[in-house]
Amino acid sequence: MSIRLAVSTIFLLGVFCAAHSYAQDSVPAGDQNSKRVSGVNIHRDGWDRIVPSVPVSQTSDPAPIRDLTGIWEPTPGFRDGVFSNGPKQYPADGKPEHELPFTPLGLKTWKEHKPGQGAYAVPVAEDNDPFQICDPIGFPRIELFNLRAVRFFQTKNLVAIVYQNDQAWRTIWMDGRELPKEILEPRWYGYSVGKWTDDYAFVIETVGLDERTWIDNVGRPHSDQLKVTETWHRVNHDILELTLTIDDPKMYTTPWTALDKFRMRLQPDWFDIHEMICSASEARQYIESIADQAAGKKNANTEKKQ
Amino acid sequence: MRKVVANLLAAVALIFVCGSAFAHHGNSAYDLKTVTVKATATAWIWSNPHSILKFDATDDKGNVVHWLGEWDAPSTLVNFGITAKSIKAGDQLTVTLEGIAKSGLPVGRVRKVVLPDGQVLSMGNER
Repeated sequence: MSIRLAVSTIFLLGVFCAAHSYAQDSVPAGDQNSKRVSGVNIHRDGWDRIVPSVPVSQTSDPAPIRDLTGIWEPTPGFRDGVFSNGPKQYPADGKPEHELPFTPLGLKTWKEHKPGQGAYAVPVAEDNDPFQICDPIGFPRIELFNLRAVRFFQTKNLVAIVYQNDQAWRTIWMDGRELPKEILEPRWYGYSVGKWTDDYAFVIETVGLDERTWIDNVGRPHSDQLKVTETWHRVNHDILELTLTIDDPKMYTTPWTALDKFRMRLQPDWFDIHEMICSASEARQYIESIADQAAGKKNANTEKKQ
Repeated sequence: MRKVVANLLAAVALIFVCGSAFAHHGNSAYDLKTVTVKATATAWIWSNPHSILKFDATDDKGNVVHWLGEWDAPSTLVNFGITAKSIKAGDQLTVTLEGIAKSGLPVGRVRKVVLPDGQVLSMGNER
């Protein structure tokens, strides 16, 4: 097999996958009654309505000025924000270019975290991921792992973001207040202020984040000094890009960009966000029935023939 | 050398063919083996972080084995035509698992289920 043939194969498979993923062109958007088909991806909202397919060209009308309102989903695939192995720019895959600039404390703390994902994943029984037992996923992990649909609400004084994942929400104040000088009460989702740096770019700074949360799904740590900067850039009417930077001098020697112009797509007004809640009882059921048995901690699964 | 590189590229392509990322939990507990069994569903639990299919199958010694299969989260499965009502206890199924517990216990990741009427449930990502 020649290299040219192999590259062609990869290209064709990519085209096939794209076609496979968006094989919903033949079904009407908004339809709740189309025959259910398994094996192909027909994207449905939380009300079981079919979501419009993604056009080949992701250009659209110009963006409205200083307006993020609406429901946004990762694009071109609605699951493109599932960063199981760490955020898009820095997956924990063992590659030198994806190693983070840890301080000694940062590296030590990361090694104490035992994730179930990534190149340094531990067996299920040793996993100490706080989200495994449904601690709040927190910020910024809610955007760096399992970023699904988000809804932006906007008033004169604030922007509110509602997330599909964990049905969480954040308030970003834009009434002129400054970030707290002293954090009396750390929060799972921190304290956020935002401002428009031009008519299409909204920049959010967040501090006061609870140290129990992980930055991402592979256990990258943060301290009480973490400051997260998000830039939400509305490229045009339909496309919003998220760039997210981590700055935590206790854990990292330099700031690093976890997401760089990650694309989200505006969905119709009628789009209903799926409920996706980490239920403690469901998580316990999963751990006890699947995870513990996969790890060999329990065995009551075979009945001898009488 | 060119052949090695080419084969590697092709292998990478195949690994990523329409693969869906596992969501919350890792795959370090699983071997990439494929098992297909005739089974009777005992429970279909529509839950996060993963849905759970419990089913009984008889092994080659005649013992009844209580299998546990994990599948994706409801909000993902529903896009592939799989719902909370797709399977019910008592259904006679053919279940394909890709990824079997390294512990040797009958636990795995569900990839495909064939229902009594022949309907196939899958995310289209089985190998």
